[in-house]
Formats: sequence, structure tokens, C-alpha cells
Amino acid sequence: MIPALDILLIVALLWLARQALVARDLFKGVVLFIAFGLLLALAWVRLRAPDIALAEAAIGSGLTGALFLSTLGRLRRMEREAGQAEPPPEDGRRGGWTGGFLTAAGTVLVTALLGWAVWALPAGAPGLGDAVQARLGESGVSHRVTAVLLNFRAYDTLLEVGVLLVAIVAVWAVARADFPFVTRNAEAGSVPPQQTALVNLLVPVMLVVAGYLLWIGATAPGGAFQAGAVLGGAGVLLLLSRPHWAVLPERRWMRTGLAAGLLVFLGVGLALVIAGRRLLEYPAGWAGALILLIEAAVTLSIGLTLTLLFLGGRPAAGDPAPTMTHTNQQP
Amino acid sequence: MSVSEWLSALLIAAGTGFFLAGSAGLLRFPDVFTRLHALTKADNVGLGLVVAGVALQTESAVTLVKLVLIWWLVLVSSATVCCLIAGAVLRHGRAPAAEEEAR
Amino acid sequence: MSGFALGAAVLLLLTLVAGMVRVVRGPTAADRMLAAQLFGTTGVAVLLLLVLAGGGSVLLDVALVFALLAAVVGVAFARRGIAAPQPGRGGGHERE
Repeated sequence: MIPALDILLIVALLWLARQALVARDLFKGVVLFIAFGLLLALAWVRLRAPDIALAEAAIGSGLTGALFLSTLGRLRRMEREAGQAEPPPEDGRRGGWTGGFLTAAGTVLVTALLGWAVWALPAGAPGLGDAVQARLGESGVSHRVTAVLLNFRAYDTLLEVGVLLVAIVAVWAVARADFPFVTRNAEAGSVPPQQTALVNLLVPVMLVVAGYLLWIGATAPGGAFQAGAVLGGAGVLLLLSRPHWAVLPERRWMRTGLAAGLLVFLGVGLALVIAGRRLLEYPAGWAGALILLIEAAVTLSIGLTLTLLFLGGRPAAGDPAPTMTHTNQQP
Repeated sequence: MSVSEWLSALLIAAGTGFFLAGSAGLLRFPDVFTRLHALTKADNVGLGLVVAGVALQTESAVTLVKLVLIWWLVLVSSATVCCLIAGAVLRHGRAPAAEEEAR
Repeated sequence: MSGFALGAAVLLLLTLVAGMVRVVRGPTAADRMLAAQLFGTTGVAVLLLLVLAGGGSVLLDVALVFALLAAVVGVAFARRGIAAPQPGRGGGHERE
């Protein structure tokens, strides 16, 4: 029975990946990507990596999917504005024989290299698991993954949080928020009442779940990234359901919130350096509290970052007027 | 197997049956409205039966609360999303298959 | 019990994959959006069965996140998949 489930998962994953790649219809590609991500989360569950399964379900599939949808909407508008509304080609082979051969050769090569890498691992090696287990008591948390992410290898996580901030800075630099379905026409802008009701029910639950994931991260799978993704999901729901929120002008609290995670993380690190320790070397007895502080700030920042990324660009400066004039230009 | 285990197995088997029916409808029904109908209704009953089956085997209250919360969340959101999708399709001028045939 | 639960999980995964055929085939964007529904219910059920099969109660949290994110994706689909119509791509079939 166990092989049956896993073999089915593998076959389905490969099939979905191929379908997502060859789809000419971009919306179809996005949907298949989301489905692929959710199946991949199931695969991580089977590999006994529930931490990654949580992250994959929340960020890898759910929110990335929402971001792709946002991007797709912008692409369609850009095409329409450029007047290139050519009919979509049918699904099918894209590049002919040469392209197909190169793709196949590359895939085989990468697979062979990965297989070789796994083969070359010494059999039965515990990796760093034993080393982590030996020092777990000093880490301030009792869950090994969190101990590694927020203590033993905290600087890796610090840089990841920095990458997220760079991402939103880059998006804000190149694009203005463009949320046309809100303002472009009355029909598409009106929110169905049942959607409002659903969002009013879900958002409070999501806030509680985010808090729960943040807290449980100390002892079990969970933590800032998963909690932040759930917060981001709540943000996306709110943007889709409160049209007037989507056209809010840029505010100082947005920037503060976006940077809060990195600032607190760095602040703790630097404070420890000033206190005569190494960067992010927590003093005994303080580790648990400091990790919770950092994770709370990082959760907020990740949630806000994902929400604002869904907006697709920097919110209008000062007052909402530019958004209105922009939409008036449209047919 | 104990009585509760037999009961669990029965509930889960029944739930799986509903999922099978839902997927059959999804593949075989003629248009998006009927497919929505098949998927949302059958799958939600199926999930309810599976939740009941799993709940019978749990001793912890926390697990029980989570199970009920999960079921409730799926129930509320899938019913609403079904409604939203159907509404969006209707607004863009697609009539259900039965009405198209009647015309 | 755990063997039975795994067997049921395999069956559910099969129905999930069968449902994905509809998502691949379409023909309309709305048909593809059913993927979110499919994963919101069937994916969660598979996870619950894996709990019973000895996967640990942590999978309940994964199921919770599945359910919530499927709702987010579902609403985003319904609002943005069809709601931004444009000749040609994606949601095109609804307006033909």
C-alpha cells in the first residue's frame, strides 16, 4: 500500500509538471502550477518533512499561485493596451525537434547528476541531525527545524528575510499598483455579498491560525514563514473583498511594516555584538524569548510583503487620484 | 478490530464513495454548473464522513477541535467559492446546459 | 486500521488525479478553477487519512493550511480568473 501511494504521487507530479509547462494558455498553466504545488506538499508529507509541506502548501503553491494570477492580470492588460490581442495558439509542441531534444537531454543530465549525488552519499550517515540534537537544549526551542533556522543557522534566515525585502523594493521600483478590476467597471468592482461574508469569517480564523503556527513553531512544525503566508493569504482575501483598500495610498506604516522583520532581526544581532557576543549568538536563557520576538516581527513583515506583492506594485503616492486618472484612460 | 474501528472504516469507506461519485461527475457532466454541483456537494459530504471516521479514532480534544474546524472551514469556503465561480460564469454570459437546450 | 486508511488515501488520490484531468482539459477557465475546490476537499481528506495511517497529528496543521489557502486561491480565481475579461487568453471560452 505504501508504494502504491508514493508511486501514484510521483507519476501525478511528473504528469502535472509536464502539463503545466506545455500549457499555452497561461491561466491553465497557473492553475496547474498550483495543483502541482499542493501535490508536492503531499509528497513532502510522505517524505516526513511536515515543515516543508506546510511551507509548500502555503507559500510555494497558495500564495505564489495568487501572485501569478495577479501577474497574469497585468500581462493581459499590457497586451490589450498594446493592441496585441492575437488569438491564443492551441496547446501543443512548442519548439519542434531541436528544442524537444535539448530539453530532454538537459532533463536527463540533471536527473542523472541528482541521482549520482544521492548515490554518492555515505550510507546511513545521520547528517547533522545528531549534532543538532546534542545542542537542542541550548537552542531555546524544542523543535529541531526551528532551532536550526532561528538559532544555529540564524544568519541564513536573516538573509532570506532580507531577500523578501529586496523583492518588494524591486517591485515597487518598477511598477505602480494597478488594480483595475476594482475601479475599471462597476460590475467587476462590486463584491458579491457571499464573498464578503466568507472573508469576514475566514480572516479572523486566519489571524488565529497564523498566531498558532508562530507559537507552535517552538515545539513542532510551524514558524514565521508559514504563519506569514497565512497572514498574507488573509491580506489577499481582504484586497479582493475591500476594493477601497486596494487603492489606499502609500503610507509610512507600510514601509515600517515591510522592514520590521529585517530591522528586528538585525537589531537583535547587533545588540548582541555590542554586548560582546557574536552576531546572533543568543545568551543562555534568552534564546527562546529572542527567537519568538524575531519570528513575530518576521511574520508580520512576510504577511505584509506578500499582501503588497499581490497588489502588483507600489501604491499610489499621497492621494488616490493618480489611480483614478489612470483608470479613466481605459476603454 | 474493535467496534469503533469498524465504524470508522465504514464511515471512511462511505466517504470515499462520495469522493468517487464527485470525481465521476466532474469528468462526465456536460457543463461547468453541473460539474460544480457534483464536486462541491459530493466532496463535502465525503469529507464530513472521513472527518467523522478519523474523529472516532482520536482521544485528544485538541485533535477533535481541529478536525471540526477543518471540516467547517472547507464546508463554508467551498460552498461560497462554488457560488462565486458560478456567479462569475453567469455574469459573462454562459447559461446552464439545460437552458441552452431549451432555447 | 492504518493499512485501511492508506488504502482509502490511495483511492482518494486517484479521484484527485482523475479530477485533474478535467482541470487540464478545461474547456473553460471556470472548469480549471475547480482545482482549488478539488484540493480544498480531497487534498484535506487525504491528509486526514494519513493522520490515521500514523503520519502524526502535525498533518492536521497541514490540512488546516490547505483548507485556508484553497479558499484564498478559490476566491482569487473567481475574482481574477474570469473577472478581468479580455479577448483571447485564458478565460476566453466564457465569452465566445
